[in-house]
Amino acid sequence: MNLKGKKVLLHDMCLRDGMHPKQHQISIEQMINIASGLDEAGVPLIEVTHGDGLGGASVNYGFPAHTDQEYLTAVTKHIKHAKISALLLPGIGTVDHLRMAADCGVKCIRVATHCTEADVSEQHIALSRKLGLDTVGFLMMAHMITPEEILAQAKLMESYGANCIYATDSAGYMLPDDVTARIGLLRAELKPETEIGFHGHHNMAMGVANSLAAVEAGAVRIDGSVAGLGAGAGNTPLEVFAAVLERMGADMQGVNIFKLIDVAEDRVVPMMEHPVRISREALVLGYAGAYSSFLLFAKRAGKKYGVPAHEILLEMAARRTVGGQEDLIEEIAMEMKAKKVG
Amino acid sequence: MSKKLRAAIIGPGNIGTDLLMKAMRSEWIEPIWMVGVEDSPGIQRARGFGMKVTTDGVDGLVPHIKADNIQIAFDATSAYVHAENSRKVTELGVMMIDLTPAAIGPFCIPPVNLQALLAEGMKSNVNMVTCGGQATIPMVAAVSRVQPVKYAEIVATVASKSAGPGTRKNIDEFTRTTAGAIEQVGGAKQGKAIIIINPAEPPLIMRDTIHCLTESEPQQDKITESIHAMIKEVQKYVPGYRLKTGPIFDGNRVTVSMEVEGLGDFLPKYSGNLDIMTAAALRTAELYAELMQKDAA
Repeated sequence: MNLKGKKVLLHDMCLRDGMHPKQHQISIEQMINIASGLDEAGVPLIEVTHGDGLGGASVNYGFPAHTDQEYLTAVTKHIKHAKISALLLPGIGTVDHLRMAADCGVKCIRVATHCTEADVSEQHIALSRKLGLDTVGFLMMAHMITPEEILAQAKLMESYGANCIYATDSAGYMLPDDVTARIGLLRAELKPETEIGFHGHHNMAMGVANSLAAVEAGAVRIDGSVAGLGAGAGNTPLEVFAAVLERMGADMQGVNIFKLIDVAEDRVVPMMEHPVRISREALVLGYAGAYSSFLLFAKRAGKKYGVPAHEILLEMAARRTVGGQEDLIEEIAMEMKAKKVG
Repeated sequence: MSKKLRAAIIGPGNIGTDLLMKAMRSEWIEPIWMVGVEDSPGIQRARGFGMKVTTDGVDGLVPHIKADNIQIAFDATSAYVHAENSRKVTELGVMMIDLTPAAIGPFCIPPVNLQALLAEGMKSNVNMVTCGGQATIPMVAAVSRVQPVKYAEIVATVASKSAGPGTRKNIDEFTRTTAGAIEQVGGAKQGKAIIIINPAEPPLIMRDTIHCLTESEPQQDKITESIHAMIKEVQKYVPGYRLKTGPIFDGNRVTVSMEVEGLGDFLPKYSGNLDIMTAAALRTAELYAELMQKDAA
């Protein structure tokens, strides 16, 4: 694979996707500390939001230690070079949240929908573009449909005003060929000025390999997370991916890998409550194709009802659930318990 | 039995067509007009049912309101055009039942506040909140009538095929309007609404989770009894309204999950979200029709 001189924009997720393993309890000081470290390491894009996006604070997904507004206000003040992004899932967050984020100094809005439901994003993408923000359409669980189907949804988001489109492997299910097929088709068929991005999860240990496949197929933006702090087995470990890109001679726009490695080791790892690793449950997420943030919910429900968490996740995948359906997990655990007893 | 009130349905889409089929069975309402903006399949179906149709929008209906003695109109279009539709018909004395999330008139969740609304006399416009609101606010009210609820949150999961273009273009209005009605009608101090659209095949039946955080420790027996009584009230007009799990009590959290299966009048049974809207709207219209008859007598 030859990626020499290829431009890659790294987008760090540990202060958004990393909110999942931290149960949305990252402190303001930790946010500032990590974001500043990433900024000094030259990471051009840093996401800061509740794990389920703007407005995610809820009984269903978890109440965070601080509001999105408090996190964003605190972090944007301390950042010198990087752009701060915020995630928004229509149906959870609204245009009111989007305006709030813009007022806090967010420069990039990523509007995320399930991969078949892009048409719920029109209001939000259009407003973000109108506000002059870098506007990303983020198609989640992209393993569930064909490359051609993803392209049709991507074109909708592009038509609403998105200047970048992501194929998102929310379940960590994809293998490199799946990534190549999806990213390759998006690159071939979307407008040349529309950037393509890839967001991976490491549930099958494919984070780095998939991200490389994405770059080779034409993706410019790649999401990862320092020390892999993210849902499931985490995101593509950003410092590892950066080290690989450096060896391959890709153009990371000035990212300093040693500074990035220090942020991972000295700032992110110490705040992990449990190692983010390919556990039995995380592997099953990737193997079967379930949404990565279901992990801790399944573990809690499994414990409460005395049923194996990975079997709950298998059932969630078998029912073809999508991101956000955390509320079904307890019900499935109760049904499994009833079957065991009966 | 006195004569039925004559009605117009604006919007010949999924909701409008389903409403039409229910209204044709009503003892109180007689659908006369279906209003669209083009010769769509919905307009063609309505014509097939013997309805008068126009493809010129509400402007095509207005000249006939007096002659056809239209007294009730249902708006099943979108929040963006509702205000204009409502103005044009209400100034001719027609009562508007609003199935969009526009919420110009007072919110109406039949088993919770329809009796109170009726006691206030005739209204020119009442709003049916949203599908998620109709399916969940009875449960919030069932808890809040037992003891104060400081926060209520609902998660509505609907099949992709049952989420029409109106809902999709309007998804923020869904969350905003539902959250407002959780507070105003459901009786929670603070409300939040989330909607998830799932494209699985075969399509899933509408599913709703309702979380209430009570101010003091929940009175489990009373809340359980209140929830079961409220479910029976909803089942009077939506027989497929079923408790899936709960109530689960965890500290001050009370959680129930509901499944809403439709009657399958026009749309398949999984789209209970549409069915509960049309059934609630028709029930509201019927009770107002009864009130009008009494007033006229």
